Parts: sequence; structure tokens; C-alpha cells
Amino acid sequence: MEQQLEASILGMWVFLVTEVMFFGGLFMAYIVYRHMYPLAWAESSHELNVWLGGLNTLVLICSSLTMALAVRSAQVGSRRGQIVNLILTIMLGTTFLVVKYFEYKTKFEHGLVPGPNFDPHEVVNGALVPLHLPHGSEIFFSLYFIMTGIHALHMVVGIGLMSIILVMAWKGKFGPDYYNPVEISGLYWHFVDIVWIFLFPLLYLLGAHFTL
Amino acid sequence: MSGHAPITPVRTLVFIFVTLFILTIVTVLAATRDFGALNTPIALAIAITKASCVIMIFMAVRYNTPLTKVVVISGFLWLLILFGLGLNDYLTRSWMGVPGR
Repeated sequence: MEQQLEASILGMWVFLVTEVMFFGGLFMAYIVYRHMYPLAWAESSHELNVWLGGLNTLVLICSSLTMALAVRSAQVGSRRGQIVNLILTIMLGTTFLVVKYFEYKTKFEHGLVPGPNFDPHEVVNGALVPLHLPHGSEIFFSLYFIMTGIHALHMVVGIGLMSIILVMAWKGKFGPDYYNPVEISGLYWHFVDIVWIFLFPLLYLLGAHFTL
Repeated sequence: MSGHAPITPVRTLVFIFVTLFILTIVTVLAATRDFGALNTPIALAIAITKASCVIMIFMAVRYNTPLTKVVVISGFLWLLILFGLGLNDYLTRSWMGVPGR
């Protein structure tokens, strides 16, 4: 059993390494274009909502804690602990996606979605007024939508995984002797959290270009 | 192997959670001040610290087998190779003054 768990963890990490490389390619594109259009990066980043991004960071950190507690509950054989923590994890993950929905909605309203309708606006005294963004801003928003979009997709997959694990935990399938599925789903969940830990400062907090 | 893998105490998990929470607030506050060229390194240093906390404690890599640790480390090492060689290209393009950038 011990060896099975070790093998599962190793296999999951090999998969997570491919995920690291997958997101790594996007971060590489981010670095290259940021190097080419520093001004566009600074000014476009200013259009993102730091408070909602920060809130989502905290939501994900909470969900990582509940996930770690769910794994621990399985390790000590607490069915109730698993169920409570898994439900909390799913709820926090959903909260993240709801906040993300409102962020995306605002971006659409402000015309910040790349494509033929890219027409930046900002809110001044409650009214939408046209906003001039430097050349290259569309690339920033392309990367913003791709990176956060794929991250959100991972969240959806994670919530699906957690739902399956929740049903299995409900049936009492996990205990100190066998909890591999909880453990490796947990690894996935934490990985998605780590991606956001990097996305948040790199997309939302570009230097001193916003003031509280 | 006898017995089970070590179980992380709740106290440690909560401690890491609080650390992550505080570091998130620190990174937002740090972004409101201008440190010049150090802005991004500071933000990245905080992010790497947070990621390390998650990997070591929440993902319990410190309890894993040496083989798993090697896989984890090599994964991030390859990421550095990607960034290193990528920047080796893009950062040096303007040095020679040749068109094509």
C-alpha cells in the first residue's frame, strides 16, 4: 500500500511537471512581450481590478488549506472531516470562478477583450469614456485572457475532481490505509493555486502603477 | 515499509495558511510603492516563497521519496532552462544592431 501511494504521487508529479511546462510556455510569452512593450504592460495592468484579484488569491489560499485538511482527515480516518473540507474546497473554488466571471464581465463592458471589438474604455465619474492604451496592450489582454482562462479551466476540472472525491469520501472509501485519490487530487488543486500565486502579481500588480 | 507516511499536524497547516495570507497582503502593499527596477524581483521573491510553502507543506513534498523530489526539482529546472535560453535569444537581439527584431 505504501508503495502504491508513492507510485501514485510520483505519477501525479510527472503530470504536474508537464503542466509546469505548459504554463511555462505562456509565462515565456509573457516575459518576451513584456520586454517588448513595457509601457503597454504597465498601463494595461492598471485596468485590472487589484481588489478582486487579491480577493481571489485569498480565496484560493483558503481552499488550499481546506484541501490539505481534507487529505489529513483521510490520513487520520475522519470521514466527517473529509466531507466537510471537500465541500468547503468546492465552495471556495466556485467562489473563485464567480469572482472571475464578474471580472471578465467588466472587461467585456470596458471593451478590453482582444479582437475586432477591442475598444478600451474606463469609468470616469460613473460614465464610460474612451481610453487610450499604448501599442501592445491588446497582447497584454490576450495573454491575460489566455492565462487566466486556462487557469479557470483548471479550476473547473479541479471542482469536478473534488466532486468525484467527495462522493467517494461519502461512501467511506478512504482511510489511513488507502487515500491515494484524495492525495493526488489534492496535489492537482495545490498546483492550480501555485499558478495563481504567480499570475496575480505578474498580471495585476505591475510595479507602482496603481495607488491605493 | 512499516507504518504510514508522516501526517502534517493541523497547527503546521494553519501556520502556513496564515503565512500565505500575510504574504498576499505584503505583495499588494509592496506593489503600491515604487522600488524602481526591484519591483518585479520583489513580487517574484514573494511569489516564490509562497509557492515553496505550498509545495513543501501543503503538497508534503518534504515527506516524499527522493525519486519524487528529483522529478519536482527537475521540472522547475527545465522551466529555468526554457526561460534562460528564451531570454538568451530575446534579450541579446538588439546588441548587434541587425534588423529583424
